[in-house]
Amino acid sequence: MSRTHITCTVNGEATDFLANPATSLLDALRDELGLTGAKEGCGTGDCGACSVLMDGKVTCACLVFAPEAEGRDLLTVEGLSSGDGAEGDHLHPLQQTFLEGAALQCGVCTPGFLVAAKALLDNNPDPTETEIRYALAGNLCRCTGYDKIIRSVQEAAVQLRSAT
Amino acid sequence: MTATENPKTYKWVGTRPIRHDGYDKVVGKARFAADLNLPGQLHAAYLRSPHAHANIVSIDTSAAEAMPGVKAIVTGDDFPALDITDPNHDVSINVLARGTVLYHGHAIAAVAATTKAEAQAACAAIEVEYELLPVVLGIDEAMAEGAPLANEQNYQKFVGPTDPSNIATHTPLERGDADAAMAEADIVIEREFDCAHVHQGYIEPHACVVDTGADGKANVWASSQGHFMVRAISAAVLGWETSRIKVTPAEIGGGFGGKTTVYLEPVAARLSEKAGRPVKLVMSREEVLRSSGPAPGAKLRIKIGATKDGELTAIDGWMAYQVGAYGDFAGMVGAMSVASYKFPNLKLESWGVLSNTPKTAAYRAPSAPHAAFAIESVIDDIASELEMDPIDLRLKNAAVEGDLTAMGMPHPRIGLVECLEALKASDHYQSEPAEGAARGLAVGFWFNIGEQSSATVNLNEDGTATVITGSPDIGGSRASMALMAAEELGIDVYSITPVVADTEAVGFTDVTEGSRATFATGKAVVEACRELKVELCRRAAQIMGVDEDQVAWVDGAAVSPGHGGGEGGEPLTLAAITAQAKRTGGPLTATASLNAAGAGPSFAVHCADVKVDDETGQTEIVRYTAVQDAGTAIHPSYVEGQMQGGSVQGIGWALNEEYIFSSDGVLMNPGFLDYRIPVASDLPMIETIIVEVPNPSHPYGVRGVGETGIVPPMATIGNAIKAATGVRMTSLPMSPPKVLKALDEAD
Repeated sequence: MSRTHITCTVNGEATDFLANPATSLLDALRDELGLTGAKEGCGTGDCGACSVLMDGKVTCACLVFAPEAEGRDLLTVEGLSSGDGAEGDHLHPLQQTFLEGAALQCGVCTPGFLVAAKALLDNNPDPTETEIRYALAGNLCRCTGYDKIIRSVQEAAVQLRSAT
Repeated sequence: MTATENPKTYKWVGTRPIRHDGYDKVVGKARFAADLNLPGQLHAAYLRSPHAHANIVSIDTSAAEAMPGVKAIVTGDDFPALDITDPNHDVSINVLARGTVLYHGHAIAAVAATTKAEAQAACAAIEVEYELLPVVLGIDEAMAEGAPLANEQNYQKFVGPTDPSNIATHTPLERGDADAAMAEADIVIEREFDCAHVHQGYIEPHACVVDTGADGKANVWASSQGHFMVRAISAAVLGWETSRIKVTPAEIGGGFGGKTTVYLEPVAARLSEKAGRPVKLVMSREEVLRSSGPAPGAKLRIKIGATKDGELTAIDGWMAYQVGAYGDFAGMVGAMSVASYKFPNLKLESWGVLSNTPKTAAYRAPSAPHAAFAIESVIDDIASELEMDPIDLRLKNAAVEGDLTAMGMPHPRIGLVECLEALKASDHYQSEPAEGAARGLAVGFWFNIGEQSSATVNLNEDGTATVITGSPDIGGSRASMALMAAEELGIDVYSITPVVADTEAVGFTDVTEGSRATFATGKAVVEACRELKVELCRRAAQIMGVDEDQVAWVDGAAVSPGHGGGEGGEPLTLAAITAQAKRTGGPLTATASLNAAGAGPSFAVHCADVKVDDETGQTEIVRYTAVQDAGTAIHPSYVEGQMQGGSVQGIGWALNEEYIFSSDGVLMNPGFLDYRIPVASDLPMIETIIVEVPNPSHPYGVRGVGETGIVPPMATIGNAIKAATGVRMTSLPMSPPKVLKALDEAD
C-alpha cells in the first residue's frame, strides 16, 4: 500500500509524516512521530487513553485515520506544558494539580485525562463538579475512583481563573 | 483525614510529597511496555481458538509461512511439555495450547512479521482442524455426577494426580459445633448468592518487547507486577535457565492482580529466537477480556445463627468459585477469608470448580469479595431482624487480637473495632441520608502478605541517595520507599531517587501483590538505611578522631559529645561524610534482602447512601465513605487513592460488571462499551477515613492497603438497596434489570 504524505500542526509545530491510509492517527503519532504519550487502551473509542485535541476538540486518536489529520491543528499531552516538557514552572496548571493532588496512580490514563480536562477548561473555565464528571466520562481510570482527578481539575480551574 | 493518630511523630513519613515518577507521567514521557520500539523490531499476533473446548487434530502453518513479511511462527510444539506436577504446567499450556483448547480465545499459534497487519493476516491463514468436545460452563453443571471434564489434565490439588476432575480444590474448615449452635440460636438466616466473573480492567493491555540475541539470552521489556516472576515463569515455559533472561520493568498501566502471571513473554522470546530480531507483542482489549484475567465467578450458601441480643454464634457456609479452565487455588481462599467476627462455631467449605472459560487470575484480595458479599448481606439481615444498629451488631462481634480466623490462626493486633468506631463517629454516619436515599454498610478483611524483597541503597558523593528495589511501582510505591529512606537517613525526600531496577541490577523480589510492596520492600529499604547509618557513624568517628561508640546519628548528621552535638565542632552531615568516602573506606552502599514475616491483617468498613429508581432499577450512589486501617499511612494521598480505587472497582462489581457467555462459551461483551466499568459521571466523591493501628511487625507500622478496599463495596451497596427498597439482592451484579425484576417480584 502506498503511503500518504500528511501535513499538519502538532503541538504548535509544522509537521509532516508518511502513513498508510488505513493507519490510525494514534499509531501515526506513536510510531511515526514518536509521541507515545497517547495510549491505546481499547482501540475502539471507549477508554479515552488516546485522547488528543484536533482543532481544539477532544478526539480519540484511535478512531481517526492518519490522513484525516491533514491541515489540522493537533495537541497531544507532550504539547500541554509551555516549555519542552521539562519539570517545574513549564507545567500546565492541570499537570501541576494532578501531581499535587495525587490524581494518578499507574498513570496510563493520565495523558488522556489531561488533554480532555484542558478542552473542558478552555471552553468552560468555571465548571461544576457534575460538568467535570460528564466532560471526563469518556476517559476511563481504573486506579483512582476519579475522586482525586475531579478535585485536581477543580483546583486547576481555580488557578487558571485567577491567572486571567 | 486520619482518625487515630500514630503515637510516633515523623518528619517525612505521613507527608504528601509529589511522587518522584509523577513528572514523567504528566508530560507523556513515562515509558510503558507498548511505548518501546527497538531497531529491526517485528510485530507479533496470535491465532486464538474459535471454540471453547476442542481437540486440535492438526495445525498447518505452511500457507502462513509463505505470506509476505512473515519471519517466524510458533505453536505449542515449540515449547517443552512440562510435567503435570510442575507448578508452571498450567501456565505453560495456557500461553499456547497443546493438543486441546480449553476456552474460547485460547492461544494456538503466534506469528512475527514486519507489520502487525501482516502478522494478523498470516494468523488467519493458519489452518487448524478441530474435534469439538463438550463445553462445561456452570458450577452446578461442572460439579454434577458424571459431568464432562472441562480440562482432561486437571487433578484435584492435594488429592491427585489420581483421576482427572472438574474440582480444583476442596477446602473444609471447622471449629466448635455449628449444627448444635444453629439449633440453639434465637435467629438463623440462610441465603444463596451468586457472583458473575469480573475482569481486573487495567487500562493498559498486556505488552512486551523481547530481543533474543545470538548468545541465546533474551532481553525482555514487560509490563507486569513482578519482573522476577516474568523471568521465572518465562524460563520454565521455555525450558531455559533463569540466567538466560533479563527482564526490565516497564511502567505498568494497572494490574490489580491481573499482571501477576505471564501470557506473552515466552511466546515473544521464542519468536525472537527463531526470527533473530526483536519482537513486540501487545494484546488488544478484546484479547485482554477474552484471554487474560478474570476473577472467578461464584455461588455461595451462607447460614448464620445469632442470639436475640445479637451475638453471632455460628456460621455454616458453602462456597464454590469458578476458577476457569485450570486448577487455580482461588477456591481455597473463600473460606479462609472469613475472619472479621468471633464466630465460636464455624463450618465452612469452599470449592474451586473448573469451566471452559479463561484461566482466572488474582484480583485485589482474591476470593474475599465474593464471601464478604454473602456474609455481610446475611449479617445485615440479622441486624435488621433484631432491630439493631448494623455497626453496633458488628462491634459486638468484631474480631480483636487473639480471636481466630476461619483457618484457626489468632489475629495479631488489628483495627476492626477502631474502623467501626471511626465510621460511627463520622460526619457521614452522623448525618441523615439525603431525601430519597437509604444507607448500607459492610466490613471487609484481607490477610496481606510479606514475601521476599531486596533493596540496595547507594549514598552518592554529594549526600543524595539512590534507593533501588525490585518492586514495580503500581500506584505510588517509589514515593513511599523514598519517604521511609528520608525518615531513616534524615535527608530531604527529594534528595532520594527511588529506582525500580531490572532483574540483573537488584536482588530477587517477589511480585507486587498481597499489599506487600510498602510493607515488605519498605522493610528492606529501612534495613539497608539502618546498616548505612551504622557505617556513617563509623566513618564520622574516623573523621572526628573519636571512638565509634561516641557517635550517634541524629537528624541526618553524626554527632559526638566531643565533636559536634553541643560541644566543639559542628555535626557531620551525611553529605560531609559521603564527600570524604574515598579516604574513609570507599563507597557507602548497603543491601538488605529478606523474607518478610508479620504482614498486618487489614480491615475496612464502607458506608453508602443509594437511591434506587423503581422505574428503571438503576442504583445511584449519592454518598460513599471508605474507612480502612492502614497501620501507618506512609504517603496518605496514595493510601486514600488505594481506598478510593478499590471502592470504585467494587462499585462496578456491585452494579455493572459481568462476563456474559453464550451457551457455547463465547464471551459476548469483550470491550469497554459492553463490559462497562464505572466512569466519572456514575460516582460521587469517595470520602476516606484512614485509621492507623500500627502493625508491630513493621518499623513504621505499615499494614499494606492495596486490596482490602475492594472487599466491602458489594455488600455495602446490597445492604443500602435493601434499606431503600426492602428487597435483598443476592446476585452480582445488581444491575438495573435484576433490581427491577426483584422489585416486581416483591410487589
